[in-house]
Amino acid sequence: MAKKILLDNIDVPGLASFEVYKQLGGYSAVEKALKNLSPDQVTGEVTKSGLRGRGGAGFPTGMKWGFIDKKSNNPRYFVCNFDESEPGTFKDRHIGQLNPHLLIEGMILGAYALGARTSFIYIRGELFYVLKIIEKAIAEAYKNGILGENILGSGYSLDLYCQPGAGAYICGEETALLESLEGKRGNPRIKPPFPAVVGLYGCPTVVNNVETIAAIPWIINNGYEAYSSIGIGNSKGTKLISACGHINKPGVYEIELGLPVQEFIYSDEYCGGIRNGNELKAVVAGGSSVPILPAELILRTTTGEPRLMSYESLSEGGFQSGSMLGSGGFIVMDHTTCIVKNLLTFARFYHHESCGQCSPCREGTGWMEKILHRIESGRGSMKDIDLLVNISKHIEGNTICPLGDAAAWPVASAIRHFRAEFEEHVKLQKCPF
Amino acid sequence: MTEFSTESLPIVNRILKQYPEGKQKSALLPLLHIAQAENQGWLSAETMDYVASLLKIQPIEVYEVASFYSMFNLQPVGNCVIEVCQTGPCWLNGAEELLAYFTDRLGIKAGETTPDGKFTLKTVECLAACGNAPVIQVGTEYFENVSKMKAEELLNKWQLENKISHTNPYL
Amino acid sequence: MPLLKLTIDNIEVEVEQGTTIMNAARKIGGHVVPPAMCYYSKLEGSGGKCRTCLVKVSQGSFKDNRPMPKLVASCRTLVQDGMVVQNTISPEVIENRRAITEFLLLNHPLDCPVCDQAGECHLQDLSYQNGLEETNTDEARRTFAPIDIGDLIKLNMNRCILCYRCVMVADQITDSRVHGVLGRGDHSEISTLIQNAVDNDFSGNMIDVCPVGALTDKTFRFKSRVWFTRPFDAHRECAKCCGKTVLWMKGEEILRVTGRKDKYGELEEFICNDCRFVFKQPKDWTIEGPRKIERHSVISQNHYEKLDKDENEDKNVE
Repeated sequence: MAKKILLDNIDVPGLASFEVYKQLGGYSAVEKALKNLSPDQVTGEVTKSGLRGRGGAGFPTGMKWGFIDKKSNNPRYFVCNFDESEPGTFKDRHIGQLNPHLLIEGMILGAYALGARTSFIYIRGELFYVLKIIEKAIAEAYKNGILGENILGSGYSLDLYCQPGAGAYICGEETALLESLEGKRGNPRIKPPFPAVVGLYGCPTVVNNVETIAAIPWIINNGYEAYSSIGIGNSKGTKLISACGHINKPGVYEIELGLPVQEFIYSDEYCGGIRNGNELKAVVAGGSSVPILPAELILRTTTGEPRLMSYESLSEGGFQSGSMLGSGGFIVMDHTTCIVKNLLTFARFYHHESCGQCSPCREGTGWMEKILHRIESGRGSMKDIDLLVNISKHIEGNTICPLGDAAAWPVASAIRHFRAEFEEHVKLQKCPF
Repeated sequence: MTEFSTESLPIVNRILKQYPEGKQKSALLPLLHIAQAENQGWLSAETMDYVASLLKIQPIEVYEVASFYSMFNLQPVGNCVIEVCQTGPCWLNGAEELLAYFTDRLGIKAGETTPDGKFTLKTVECLAACGNAPVIQVGTEYFENVSKMKAEELLNKWQLENKISHTNPYL
Repeated sequence: MPLLKLTIDNIEVEVEQGTTIMNAARKIGGHVVPPAMCYYSKLEGSGGKCRTCLVKVSQGSFKDNRPMPKLVASCRTLVQDGMVVQNTISPEVIENRRAITEFLLLNHPLDCPVCDQAGECHLQDLSYQNGLEETNTDEARRTFAPIDIGDLIKLNMNRCILCYRCVMVADQITDSRVHGVLGRGDHSEISTLIQNAVDNDFSGNMIDVCPVGALTDKTFRFKSRVWFTRPFDAHRECAKCCGKTVLWMKGEEILRVTGRKDKYGELEEFICNDCRFVFKQPKDWTIEGPRKIERHSVISQNHYEKLDKDENEDKNVE
C-alpha cells in the first residue's frame, strides 16, 4: 500500500468533527509549530520538503512563501484556493467535505509561517454545502482555542473565514480569486506586481491550493525529510489524483509520486482498468487544460520508458509527445470516444469561462468552439483544422492569464495526436462515432 | 424583495464583520447569494440596488459583479432550477442523454422555464464531481451518478413536493 | 536615480526608472511605437487588455540577459536597465499583432461606411497596418441589443473592443458612474443594465477616449464625414474645464467640439460637457487657427497645414 498522507483517516466516521480529528492526532502540528517552531522554521520545513503547488502549476510552495514582502507594513494574508473547477478535478472537495479540520490545520500553519492574522478559504459557490461543513469546523476550532486570540496560549492569533464564489472558473486564477474576494468581477490582474507584494486589499498575500495546504500538517509532524523521501526526482510526496471517465473505479486516489501510469490505470488498487474491458484510447492526465495523449504515449515515453505519475515524467517529450501532471484530474477515454466531441466540450467550457478582458482569449475561445462545432457536426473543411491550430497558437502565450493557454493546449494537442479523426469528420461530413 | 429577512439579517451581519474596516464590498458575493434566494431565485435591479445601498457602493458595481458570475440569475427563474453539467467527463458518461431526458420530460429546452413556473432547466459547466458523472445540481444540493431512472425518481419527487431550489444557502 | 538604457528596434534611448516600454518607445517616436488600443496614459490602470502592443524582449536587462519567455504588453511592462526590445523588427511580433488584429475584427461589424468614427478610428488604423488581406471567417458576427444612454452619447456596442477606457473616465474624471462592463467573456458589454442616462459634467470625454465608434457624439451623428470638416484650435473662458478645444467646422458652422488630441490620439486635457455640447456658435470661441493633424489617418489629407514628415511615415509611401 502506498503511503497515505492526505487520505490517511478519510474513511473514519465523523472525521469532519473536531473530536474525532483530535483523537486521531489532529492539531498536533499546530501545537508543535506554535510552541516550538518559529515562523521561519515552518517555512524552512515546507521549503525543504519539496512540496509543490497542487493546484496545477506545480510551483515550489516554500519558494512562493519566500516571496512575501516582509518590508511592507501592511497586514499579510494567507488565502486558500478552493475554487476547484478544472474539468476532471474533484480532489479538493474530497478533503473539504470529509476532513475539513485538516485544511484548517494547514491554514493555521501557513498563516503562522507567513505572519498573517486573517485568512480566507475561497470556495466555489456551487460547493455551498462544503462551505457549511468547513464553517462548522471553523466554529469548532474557535471553540477549542485553535483559532482566534492567542491560539493554545502561544501568543499567535488568527481569524479564519470561508468565502463563496458564485460560478466562475477563472477565479481559480489567484489574482482573479483575490479580485472576487474583494467583491469584484473575477478579472485576473496584470502581473507584476505579484500577490506576494500586492495581493488582497493591496497587501502581501499568498494563495495556495487546498491539497497543498492539507499536506503541511504532516510535514510539520514528521519532518521535511520524511516527506521528501517519498516520490521521485523533483516530484516529492504524495498527490491526489481524481480519476474519471471510462474506468471501472472512478474516484480520488492518493498516490506516491512516481507511480507508473500503467499501474494507476490497470491495478485494482486504483482505476481498475477500462470499463467493459474496452481498449484505452486517450488520457487527459492533469485536468482538461493539459495536452491529451494517446494510449501509447501516456503509458510510455517515446524512448520506451514507462511513463510515471510525476511532474517530470508526464511532461517528458515536451508538448510534442508529453503532457503535464497539472491538477491531477485524470480523464480516461476508451476506444468508443469521439476525440473531436470531447474537445468540443472543453472548448465550450473555456469559451464559457473566459473573463473577456483580453482580446485573444475573449475572441479566440468562442471562435474555436464554433469551428469545432462545425467539424463535429459534419460541416467542417480541411482548412478549418489548420485554422484551429493557428488560432490556438495565437492565443497561447498572448493573454493576461493562463486561461488562454489552458484553452489552446487541448486543441493543439488533440489535432497533433488525432488529426486523422478530425479529417474523417470532414470527409464523412458527419461524426464517425 | 425589499430587504433581508429577519432570519437572514444575523448571517448578513456576521458576514460583514469578516472583512477589515472599509472593505465591506468583499461581502458582495455572499450577500447576493442570500438576496437571490430571498427574491425567488433571481436578482432584480431593485434587489441589487438594495445590496448596493447596504454596502454603500454604486448600483453599477453590483450589476457588473452579478452579471459576471454564472450562479446569479438576472432574469426570473422557475421554483426549481435544475442544472445539468455538460463538460467533458460528464459528457463521457451520458450527460447528453440525461439532458435530453429532462428536455423531453419537461417539454422545455435548456435555458427555459416550464409554463407553470415550476422548473427551469439550465446547462452548466464542470461542477467538479467528475468521478460520479453525470452530475446535476439543484439549489445547494448535488446529485451524482444520475441515471435516467434516478432522474425520473427525482423529478417525480420534486413535482410532488413543489420543490423550491432557491433557499438561503447559509441556512 | 540614474537613467535606464534600453534599445527598441536597435535604437537606443534612456528613460527614468518606472517607465514602461511603451512610453520609452514614445520617447523615440516613429515606427518603434507599438499600437495601443486600450492603454491611455491619462487613465490610471489602463492598458494590458487589447494585446496589440505586445513586443519581444530579447534581453531582460544587463544583469539578467535572458530573453523573456513570452511577448509582453509594452504598455504595462517596466523598462529594466539594459533591456533589448524588438517591435517591428521581430517577425514574431508582427505575426502575433496580425493575429490580435484579426481577433479584434472577428466580431466587429465593419460598418465603417456608416460609422461616425471612420477617418479617426484607431481600429481602422490598426487594420490598415496589421490587417490580413483576406478573412478567415464567415461566422455570424456577435450583436448586442441597442441601449439608449442619453441624449448626448450614442452607444453602439457591436463596435466596442472592451478597452475599458470609458469606464475609467467615468471612475476617474466624473463624479459618478452609471455604466460599466456587464456580462462575461465575449458577451461582455458596456451597459447601464437598467435604462439610465450617462449624464454628468464630464461624460463627453468617454467619446474622445473611445478608440472605435462604440461611443460617438449624438449631436454630430451623420452630420458629416470627419474628413469633410476642418478642425480649428479654439478656447473659451470656462469655469469647469481648461476650455481648450478643437472645433470641427464646415464653413461657418461648428459641427462638433472635441478635446485636443496628441499624436497618439490621447486627449491633452479633458473638457467639460458645456464646452463640448452647449457652445456651438463661432462667437462663443476664440479661434486660434487650424489644428495641426499629426496622425496618419484620412483626416490629415486635403487641407491641413504643415504635416510633420517624420510623424507621418506611411507604409504606402515608398
